[in-house]
Formats: sequence, structure tokens, C-alpha cells
Amino acid sequence: MIVMKNICKTYKVAKRNAGFKEAARSFFRREYENVQALDHISFTVQDGETVGYIGPNGAGKSTTIKILSGILTPDSGECLVDGRTPWKNRIDHVAQIGVVFGQRSQLWWDVPVIDSFELLRDIYSVPHAAYRDNLDELTELLDLGELLRTPARQLSLGQRMRCELAASLLHSPKILFLDEPTIGLDAVSKIAVREFIVKRNQTHNTTVLLTTHDMQDIEAITKRIILIGKGRLLLDGSLEDIRRGGEDIDKTVAELYRSYEI
Amino acid sequence: MRFEVAVMRFSDFSAADVTRPHPNPQNNLAFFRLRFLTGLQYRAAALAGVATQFAWGFMEIKVFLAFHRTNPAAFPMTLGQLSSYLWLQQAFLAFFMAWLMEGELFDCIGGGGVAYELCRPINLYDMWFARSAATRLSAGLLRCFPILIVAAFLPEPYRMHAPADPVTALLFLLTMVLGLLVTVAVCMIVYMLTFFTISPLGLRLLFSMAAEFFQGAVIPLPFFPRPIQAVMELSPFAAMQNVPLRVYSGNLAGHALLRAVALQLFWIFALVMLGKWLNALAIKKTTVQGG
Amino acid sequence: MNSKNDMNTPSRHKVSALRLYGHYLSIHLRSVMQYKASFLMTAFGQFLVSFNMFLGIYFMFDRFGSVEGFSYSEVLLCFSVMLTEYSLGECIARGFDTFDGMVRRGEFDRVLTRPRHEILQVLGHKIELSRFGKLAQAIVMFAYGVTHSGVTWNAGRMLTVFLMLLGGTALFCGIFLIYAVLCFYTLEGLEFMNILTDGAREYGKYPISIYGKRMMQFCTFIIPYALVQYYPLLYLIGRSDNFLYGLLPLLALLFLIPCYLLWKVGVRHYRSTGS
Repeated sequence: MIVMKNICKTYKVAKRNAGFKEAARSFFRREYENVQALDHISFTVQDGETVGYIGPNGAGKSTTIKILSGILTPDSGECLVDGRTPWKNRIDHVAQIGVVFGQRSQLWWDVPVIDSFELLRDIYSVPHAAYRDNLDELTELLDLGELLRTPARQLSLGQRMRCELAASLLHSPKILFLDEPTIGLDAVSKIAVREFIVKRNQTHNTTVLLTTHDMQDIEAITKRIILIGKGRLLLDGSLEDIRRGGEDIDKTVAELYRSYEI
Repeated sequence: MRFEVAVMRFSDFSAADVTRPHPNPQNNLAFFRLRFLTGLQYRAAALAGVATQFAWGFMEIKVFLAFHRTNPAAFPMTLGQLSSYLWLQQAFLAFFMAWLMEGELFDCIGGGGVAYELCRPINLYDMWFARSAATRLSAGLLRCFPILIVAAFLPEPYRMHAPADPVTALLFLLTMVLGLLVTVAVCMIVYMLTFFTISPLGLRLLFSMAAEFFQGAVIPLPFFPRPIQAVMELSPFAAMQNVPLRVYSGNLAGHALLRAVALQLFWIFALVMLGKWLNALAIKKTTVQGG
Repeated sequence: MNSKNDMNTPSRHKVSALRLYGHYLSIHLRSVMQYKASFLMTAFGQFLVSFNMFLGIYFMFDRFGSVEGFSYSEVLLCFSVMLTEYSLGECIARGFDTFDGMVRRGEFDRVLTRPRHEILQVLGHKIELSRFGKLAQAIVMFAYGVTHSGVTWNAGRMLTVFLMLLGGTALFCGIFLIYAVLCFYTLEGLEFMNILTDGAREYGKYPISIYGKRMMQFCTFIIPYALVQYYPLLYLIGRSDNFLYGLLPLLALLFLIPCYLLWKVGVRHYRSTGS
């Protein structure tokens, strides 16, 4: 179970303006501004739930994922993931979760994918028998077969994402965080990724929290939607709640963004 | 050998490159201005760079002072000449250090991006030459003044002296420009050879080492035994920093100076010709093999 | 729920750090084997890289004979030991030396999502095998330096050389670690750290005493280069009979403690700012 309570996070960002004069001035003095990335965010996710975490760019989606996965420490607020505070006892916490960053690979570029997997097995200290079972299952569900013997640099984006998903699940985490898992994928790969996530959730009761800009991801995977903008939680409800605004979910969300002026 | 420093500074440059839009070959001035601007934005990098080079220069002088204390009779220059030489070397590092090459160009060649460059109605060699020269010029100009100013106010024997007369100053500027052109022409050879090799890094290492050694960056050429120095001075690398840095303090003058300038001119001509020839070969190879 | 795969029991056996490091090493080995020719070229280039330094020393002594009372063979020993220490440190701690890239590309986030110590992961992340070419060159120089130094070798002196290598390598690792810590705060302007790493290798080729008293003090009390270079060297070449000088490199190991504490502070800062 994930419990977030009044989580706040502020960043200090350096201003950098265009133009020769500005560049010359910032040479001597640099200005900073505070950006409120998360402003009293609270929500609870039950075991086995799938939640879509949406919002425009810079709304604070990645910050939330980073806090939940133990990378970031918030300024204030409480957070418990299966009873653990992510930013304390980092190692104990991250052993129990899986994280996929859609924009960044965790596979070693020049070696076959299977080599990366075996390294992950050692990093997470997965017993050999359990690793083999897991790998077999993931290979079948994600249709990895041939890909395992291919160096990551030769994989297409879709193939790579399938391998990334497998890599994040080799240690059977109970919770899976996905940061834009379908970004840049072609239609076929997107469907494969979505189907897999749904299946994983059904067979292993894995809790899934995913951020995305693709409303079809949301329709296919999640039952629940959390909408944030400018660091504030704007809506926490079901897909149906959003559908009330009309059948075209993209339009409705755009409408929502506008109405909250984000 | 300071290759490590090189790699650091080098990564510095590629960081600055990220924000830079594609250069318009028709307008090298705008390109240069942009370079300068990005350079300025990396103020901390520039300041740290100056401080680092200052420390290097200081240590370098200390080494030579120790040898001077041990055996002053064997010292082939005056201490003033040496200090000027070493400060100028630090101040204009970006002009002459062969390892300061552009990562983007290597990526472009290795990654096949060169096919796009070939589609443009311009000469690849000329464009890259201008680009390399602009990078070196802007990096050098950004960094030289603080070092030169501070060095001019140091106590003896660390102090950097002004050139003896205006003619020397002019000759210094002239040989400096020629030296910069030789440096760029040498680097162009490396870029062009990259088309034919599998390992640009290995090639770059070897070239950089030879350039550093023969242009008097390890120890100035007058510190070598006479016969060896005579041979080294004929190399294209000696036409880089060796000439202007010694002209400045009057260590190189008269007949020897004329010969050095002639050699600089010869090497610019020869290296550009060779580079263009390699360029033509490389383009033929790329178009035939399709990248 | 599939109970067969549910093996998150806390009691499960943890793969040892050494074995994991070995696994990282084997991945790097397999990676470079994809580009054998390129790797060999680069390693060869690295092998030659420090040769200029040696030539510089050679020609300076060819002209001057000695420097501040140190002979060519004594300086050669000093240079080769320092070079070996640096190369070893670089082979081990290359991950710190290139840590700016890791932060820039957000790869440190990934490190934080894995259940192993960050330092182990950073070290394993970047093992540049071509640097072993440089180490090979350093070892050749080391063998040349040791055999031409004119030192009469006994057990104490051999121990001293070993301690110099140990302490010096640790010292360089510590400085690379400080560099990595600074990357948590800024990615610009870290060039000045070169003075402490490349600068130490470059100018550590001569006994520190030639740079004057103030440099000696700095290298004794602040960044303890003198503890792994000047003092034990005096013992090695018989300039001092004090065996304690030969043991001083052990003291340099203590330098790692503040470095590690700084790292802790740096990681905490990173985790509170995320950049």
C-alpha cells in the first residue's frame, strides 16, 4: 500500500535568459527562482491497484515517482510504501520495488540483454532458481526469445522497452513505477506493453503507478486516474469521472488542463 | 603529458555545444558570436579553467626554477624568457593544443551524419576548418586575458614581461595567427584520417602526443640537445606554438625567425593541400560505400 | 497471486560486493570485445600516453645532470611510483572521474533505485579497460625505475614501496571521490580539480621538496601527497634511516575517511535537490 500525505517539494532553478547582454550579466550574478514541484500532495494506493498519474509537462509527475522510488527526499510530508519511508533505508526499500524510466535505459549498451539481466540478478541477489522461473515467465509473456541474445544497442525502441520491463521485474517487486513507459513507441509495441502491464497486474497482483501523456495508456491499463498540475492534486477519480466530460478523453483532459489554468 | 586535462576541457566544450544550433556556413561571424556567447554562459567553467591553467603555469615555472638553481650555466634561455613562454603557453592553450578537437565532428564521421553534411552545397573541408578555427579562437580569447594580466603583475622571476619593441609584438601576433592555422590544419588531417580508421581515439592520442612533444609543450625546444632540436624544428608541430612563444621574448629572432616563418607558411600550404586531398578521397569512399 | 515467484524474503543470501564487482568487470570486458580492434588501438595509445613525461625528464637531466640534489635514477623511481599510483587509482575509480556525465545523464537516479551501495555501483558502472594500457606503461616504468634506482633493496624498503603504492592509490581514489562529490553541487568549473589529480601526477614526478617549503606543507597536511612521495622516498634512497618515514604512506589511508563522509553529505544533497 502506498500512502502519500501532504508531500511538498520545492526546487531552486537558475534563471538563464537569452541575449548577449543577459549572458554577460549572468556571468557575474546568477538569479534563482523557487519552483514548487509538489504542493501538499496526498493520495493512497491499495495493493494491486493500477493508477494513472497524469498532468502536463512539469506538473510534478516525475518528482512524485522519484520520491516514491527513494531517489528524492521531500521537503515535508509523510510517505509510506508498504510501511517503509522511501527516503530512509533506501536499500531495503528499493529491493522491493521496480522502476522503469521510459526515456532512459538500464540495459548495458554493448552486451546481449541476457548479460544485463544476469547482472541485475546479482545486484538484487535473486536466487538462481527464482531467477530462472522469473526469466522464463517474462520471456514468454514479453516474447523476448531472440532479443535476449541481442546487444541492447541493436534493439528497436519497442523491443528495448519490453526488455526494460522485464529487467525491472526480475526481482519480483510488489510495486512497479513506470515513468512514461510508452513514449516514442510504435502502435504495436504500445499495445504489447499495455497488455503486459495489465497481465502482470492480474497474475501477480502487482501495484502499478504509471505516468503518461498517452490517454490510450490510461484507458487500457488503469482504473484510477490522479491528475496533477503545477504541483497540486486536481482530480483523483476513475476513468468514468473524466469520461463524463465527453467521449474524447484527450479533449476532456485538455479541457481540464485549461479549466485549472495549467 | 596532459591528455587527461584535455579530455576534461574537451567535455567542457561538448557541454557548451548542446545548446548550439547548427552553424550557418554562410555566416561564420554569427557562428563565432554564438560560440562566444555559449562560452560566456559557462562562467564557472571559464573561471575554473583560468585558475587551473594558472596553477599549471606556476608549477611549471617552479620546476624550471629548481633546475636553474641546480645548474644555471646549463639554462638555454633567460628566466624572463622562460616565464613569458610558459605563461603564453597557458594563456593560449586553446590555440595550440592538438587534443582540443571537436567531438561532434568525430561523432558525425563515425555515426554517418556526414552524409547530411555532404548534401549541403558547401565544401566540407572549408566548413570544418572555419569551425575548428572559431572554436579555438573563441576559447583562447576568453581565457587568455585574465592569465596574461595576472602574470604581468607577479613578482620576479615569475613575472611575464612585455615584448621588447612593437616590431616584436607584431611579429608575435603574425606568427601566432600562422601557428593557429597550422594547428587547425594538423587537426583537419586527423579528422580526415578518421574516415579511414576504426579508432579515432587511438589516432587522436598518437597525434596529440607527437604534437605536444614536438611543439615544445613538454619542455621548450631550446632545452633539447642542439642536433635533436634542429631536427624537431623542421616538423609541422614545431610551427605551432614553438614559434610565436619564442618570438615574443626574443628567443627566436633574425635569420632563425625568418626561417621559422617560412616553415610555418610551408606547413600551412602543405597540410591544407594534404587535408583537401584526403577529404576528396574520404568523400569518394563515403559515397561509394554509402556511409 | 503466483507464490512461486514470491521470494522477497529478507533472509535471502546477498551476493558479495566483490563478486558483484567481478560481474561488472566481466560486462565491461564483454563490451570492449565487441570492438576488439578499436579497444586495442586505444589501449595502445594509453600505453604510450605517459611516454612524453618520461622523455621530458630524460632530456632535462641530459642537460642539467641533477635537480636539487636528486639524481636522474632517484627521480625516475619517484616518477614511476607516482605514475603507477595514479594509474591504479584511475583504473579503480574511473567511475568517480567521469561522474559528471553520470549525473548529467541522470544515471545516478538509476543507481539510487538499486539495492546496493552507491559507491560499489558507481565504481562498477565505469571500468575503462583501455586505461589498463596506461597502467601497463606505468608498470614498465616502475620496473625500469626500481631496477635503475641504485637502491639496495631489503625487506623494509620493499615494504615501503608497497605501502607507497597502496597509500598513493588510495589518495588518488579519495581525490576522484571528492571530484564526484562536487558533481552533486555543480557540473561547471570542476576543471580545477585537475590540479589535484593530473597536476599531482604531472608534478609529482619530481620530489615535492623542489617546489619549496609552502608546497611541502600543503602536501603534508592538506592533501597528503608528501606522505606517499617525499618522506618514504628519502627512506628508500637512504637519505634517511628513519623507518617511520617508510611507514608514513599508511597515514595517507586516513585521507579516505573525510572523503567518504563528504560523499555521504553529497548524496544527501543530491537526494534533496534531485540535480
